[in-house]
Amino acid sequence: MKRPELVCPAGTPSAMRTAVDAGADAVYCGFQNATNARNFPGLNFTVAELEKSVAHAHAGNTKVLLAVNTFPPAGKLPLWKEAVDTGARLGVDAFIVADIGVADYIAKNHPDIRLHLSVQAAASTPEAIKFYVREFNVKRVVLPRIMTIPEIKNMADEIPCEIETFIFGNHGLMVEGRCSLTNYITGLSTNMDGVCSPAAQVQYLKDDIGNLSTRLGDFTIDCFSCDENAGYPTICKGRYLTPAHDGAYYAFEEPISLNLSTLLPELMAAGVTALKIEGRQRSRAYVKSVVGAFRKAVDSIMAGQEPQIADLLALTEGQKETQGAFKSKTWR
Amino acid sequence: MKTKLTIAPILFHWSAERKLDFYARIADEAPVDVVYLGEVICSKRTPFFEKHYDEVAERLTRGGKTVVFSTLAEVMLKRERNMIAGFCALEDYELEINDSAALWHLEGKNYRVGSLMNVYNEDTMAYLAGKGATHFSLPAELPRASVALLAAAAERLGVTLEVQVFGRVSLALSARCYHARAHGRIKDNCQFVCEEDKDGMPLNTLDKEEFLTVNGIQTLSHSYLNLLDGLDDMKAMAVSHYRLVPHTQDMVAVANIFRATLDNKVSASEAGERLAALDIPAPFSNGFWHGQPGHRWVG
Repeated sequence: MKRPELVCPAGTPSAMRTAVDAGADAVYCGFQNATNARNFPGLNFTVAELEKSVAHAHAGNTKVLLAVNTFPPAGKLPLWKEAVDTGARLGVDAFIVADIGVADYIAKNHPDIRLHLSVQAAASTPEAIKFYVREFNVKRVVLPRIMTIPEIKNMADEIPCEIETFIFGNHGLMVEGRCSLTNYITGLSTNMDGVCSPAAQVQYLKDDIGNLSTRLGDFTIDCFSCDENAGYPTICKGRYLTPAHDGAYYAFEEPISLNLSTLLPELMAAGVTALKIEGRQRSRAYVKSVVGAFRKAVDSIMAGQEPQIADLLALTEGQKETQGAFKSKTWR
Repeated sequence: MKTKLTIAPILFHWSAERKLDFYARIADEAPVDVVYLGEVICSKRTPFFEKHYDEVAERLTRGGKTVVFSTLAEVMLKRERNMIAGFCALEDYELEINDSAALWHLEGKNYRVGSLMNVYNEDTMAYLAGKGATHFSLPAELPRASVALLAAAAERLGVTLEVQVFGRVSLALSARCYHARAHGRIKDNCQFVCEEDKDGMPLNTLDKEEFLTVNGIQTLSHSYLNLLDGLDDMKAMAVSHYRLVPHTQDMVAVANIFRATLDNKVSASEAGERLAALDIPAPFSNGFWHGQPGHRWVG
């Protein structure tokens, strides 16, 4: 079995140092603008920060993957090209991209730097992936979180590139790169601005008896009685009403995190060669615990031992976890 | 340039009888130039109408319409991959693709790119035009400024451009069926509960405010897009095709209103009044076009 690469989130320079020190094989990060899909205030890197961080990561033998994985709207491509050129100058090890125009730019101008196809490209078939490999020499695909392990195994047999899958963290329900719910409500686009449920448009409203409504833009996303923990108002994790269902329900999914720690051996056997931890928006403490736990787990599997998986439940959203689509088709 | 009016694929799970009636009326009465056929949302629905396509396509063609087959937006299963391969081998009809899987099969062929593909900028458009794409239907969330630049790019590249101007807007796709979920089921045993909601299943907030619309794996707007006010602007940009998403309301009347407005026979404001009189069960929106939250109406 090939030793998989543990790919870890680096939302800030300090988070990147933490991930490198905790044993990340690779870290992924982005610049402080719309060119990446976690364009949140207080996150991401300036050019100077990335320069120093790449040096530190490389000194620790950790690769740096630069996410340039949003979709530039017409007229704004220069910002994406600048991000790519800067990343190349700073010596990043790969670009993570979704847009065909951006992929083409990298393939033509930086053919020596690896290209990874972002989950935002939503390539869910061997044919789609083979197209990107043929056209842009993509070396790795990050699979959408919608496939079972047997399906991933079949995929691995059919495609001429590496497979990266998410193993832990936020569990988005919509196909990444194909969701404009946030733009419909807030006027900021996940695809074009790198924003999902922007904090500036979030409100928590308490009523007289202590119930808390969470709102995004002009709409209520959920409502919590005083004995419930209020979640962040992400549209696909809210509670709604529909005539076909009795009372309020999570129409898409409840607030829950993906945790595939017990499926790691199966994923590796299926041909997954890079294991991705989500969470560029999370704290250093989160990065340290999660990266450390998965570092140990992967090392013990490679040593032929039973993996010792630390309890990560406390770090999950809403303290609930799922194996999502990976375990069973019944998720769909 | 003569502007063209198009009918998008039917997004909802209508019965075969309803679809046959719909297309017969479109063929005979609607002033539309292009009709997109095909199941775009759920491969499980395809067997119900497959046998009727030839007959419907022939009727539409006799009615003077160009028929284009639109492919599935989400391709995962072996069955779905085979469907895409089959469509891509069709010689008799033009194809509109909605997932990148089709790009693999279409090397060296001409095709249209659907609005569920991510073409946001002139470089992506130019790349695909170089690979056989002749026509682009743009994602609905693109604002006016981007559409203007893409229209200019399309003109340079010698391809045509389509913008949705009416109907609920597709906002998200998922592997999970939310129709089945609302009924306590999953995709594999859904019993086609989506057939109950001919314009989609309403999803309201806990304040009972109308919010979104569910259609199987697809989430759409509750509001109906209405870009009558933008038509003059788009004509000036040389947008060639104007897309109407089919609903159960009188689509022949909708097509007549948009045709008359495109032809300057009625003003946009008068057309707006006629459209509002059609008993549409939701407010109109045009926020995306104005670079604002998509649900809003900018008057």
